[in-house]
Amino acid sequence: MSANVAAAQDSGQPIIKLSKLNKWYGDFHVLKNIDFEVYKGQKIVVCGPSGSGKSTMIRCINRLEEHQQGSLVVDGIELTNDLKNIEAIRREVGMVFQHFNLFPHLTVLENLTLAPIWVRKVPKAEAEETAMHFLKRVRIPEQANKYPGQLSGGQQQRVAIARSLCMKPKIMLFDEPTSALDPEMVKEVLDTMVELAREGMTMICVTHEMGFAKAVADAVVFMDKGEIVEANEPHAFFANPQNERTKLFLSQILNH
Amino acid sequence: MAGIPASAGLNAPVIASKPLEWLKANLFSSWLNTALTLVVFYIIARTLMGFVPWGIVNAVWIGTADECKAVKGVGACWAFFPEKWRFILFATYPYDEQWRPALSCAIFLFLYGFSAMRRNWNSNLFYVWGGGLAAIAILMWGGVLGLSYVSNERWGGLVLTLILATFGIALAFPLAILLALGRRSDMPAIKTLCIAFIELVRGVPLISVLFMASVMFPLFLPEGITIDKLLRAQVGIILFAAAYLAEVVRAGLQALPKGQYEAADALGLSYWQAMRMIILPQALRLVIPPTVNTFIGLFKDTSLVLIIGLLDILNAAKTAAADPLWRGYGPEVYFGVSLLYFVFCFAMSKYSQKVETEFNRHKHR
Repeated sequence: MSANVAAAQDSGQPIIKLSKLNKWYGDFHVLKNIDFEVYKGQKIVVCGPSGSGKSTMIRCINRLEEHQQGSLVVDGIELTNDLKNIEAIRREVGMVFQHFNLFPHLTVLENLTLAPIWVRKVPKAEAEETAMHFLKRVRIPEQANKYPGQLSGGQQQRVAIARSLCMKPKIMLFDEPTSALDPEMVKEVLDTMVELAREGMTMICVTHEMGFAKAVADAVVFMDKGEIVEANEPHAFFANPQNERTKLFLSQILNH
Repeated sequence: MAGIPASAGLNAPVIASKPLEWLKANLFSSWLNTALTLVVFYIIARTLMGFVPWGIVNAVWIGTADECKAVKGVGACWAFFPEKWRFILFATYPYDEQWRPALSCAIFLFLYGFSAMRRNWNSNLFYVWGGGLAAIAILMWGGVLGLSYVSNERWGGLVLTLILATFGIALAFPLAILLALGRRSDMPAIKTLCIAFIELVRGVPLISVLFMASVMFPLFLPEGITIDKLLRAQVGIILFAAAYLAEVVRAGLQALPKGQYEAADALGLSYWQAMRMIILPQALRLVIPPTVNTFIGLFKDTSLVLIIGLLDILNAAKTAAADPLWRGYGPEVYFGVSLLYFVFCFAMSKYSQKVETEFNRHKHR
């Protein structure tokens, strides 16, 4: 069940390490003995049927969900109930949500500068400069003074990516970033993510975009029923899946 | 649908280019609509036929008590107000010093107007309020700057209503936010405390809160220590309103999508930063209508201080109406004071609608 991803470019300590991680929702065992390591600069794609626990797993990494057993170390800091540790980890881990979760009462620019100013204590002018830099990178600098509600879904998701990047995170988590988008907007968001991957960001993406996985992933992890069933580098994962459940899942999502 | 066009017909819109067509489309479009229009017109006509002769045609506008007595039953005695307005507005405040509460009321109105303008919403607002309230305190109490001292036992009328309502709203609102956050807290002690407070205070009538504050509370204090009656009533009103408002605020907190909380957390904002900058600004905008509802209720509930013998504007007017010379003009007195309450409440309501539209502009393209 372990997913010791072989392709560690960096021989040091893993930047994320989950060991024997368990989580229950009431009686429902949603994560079962998850062992999982990510090294700096790796891009991991996590896939699996709905309800398999993949979102829950990455949401544990920045403590949006609390695990009950096992250990979780991010960037050398163990996640416990200690609020200081949680806040320290959240400063280093950016997250992009399925439903964008932009702040609708703030302009795009305010969305981007809020956390740098208040959490990182960056001066306002500098935060705005950084914000404009990242807005240019996601190719929507002209939208800086609009409100999120005035943008298309794809634009909103790119703003959300830029918002996370403004905090200069070491790790980016993507929780089904394209699932809520209209089909014609998926590409613009994936392009942004591919660019980010090429620049060496450490990324964990929960997604069913297998094209993205083939293009940038160092490893694809398949989860089902709260377990990591199979993990492999993308070529082997798609060409030669080992587990029956993986084969079934791939046949369902690839042949339609 | 039917009732709305009928009432719209009251102020015939000048914009309709062809009035007859407008009438037909809005008031007489179907048999049911026509019938309802006629019924409503009939009720309006009957009400006016009753009111106009009494309230306008036969009324005494300026005159003596005897002139009023002469028309009793057939005409209203509006002359009551020119005769008694100073007692209604200022109650038992020393007669020669009544310019002081009058000026205080004016300062209150200025503060309301000043705060209503969005361009004044910055840190200066606090200084303006601080200065305004200090000036009101000096005017009302006196004892300095050559003003004679007036004990707050003698305060009354409009200024008392404004004091109770202003401090009631201004202090109950932040307290309500804390209570609502506390009720949703993960910390069991805080949560239990907030729930207990809200349910307890909300579960008893304001009259009994005021009565307890006035009569029972002093019994628990050690001898020699007294807390002013006005202050006790004010605290009672604040706590009572806070319990109601807390539930309004909680409704707003719960209506926000979970994603907003998660995004704030994921960015590393602390609890108070997230509340102050992300959650509350959105949650409070959602609950502007019920919040103003509570404010309006509180404004009118201040008249319950009658139970502990404070003369707010309604009770001052009632007291004025008890003058043997001018007895029996209850309808006129209540009509007049109601009009004053209505002006304040309607202003609040209208203003809140404006704020709501402005705040929610970002939701529309």
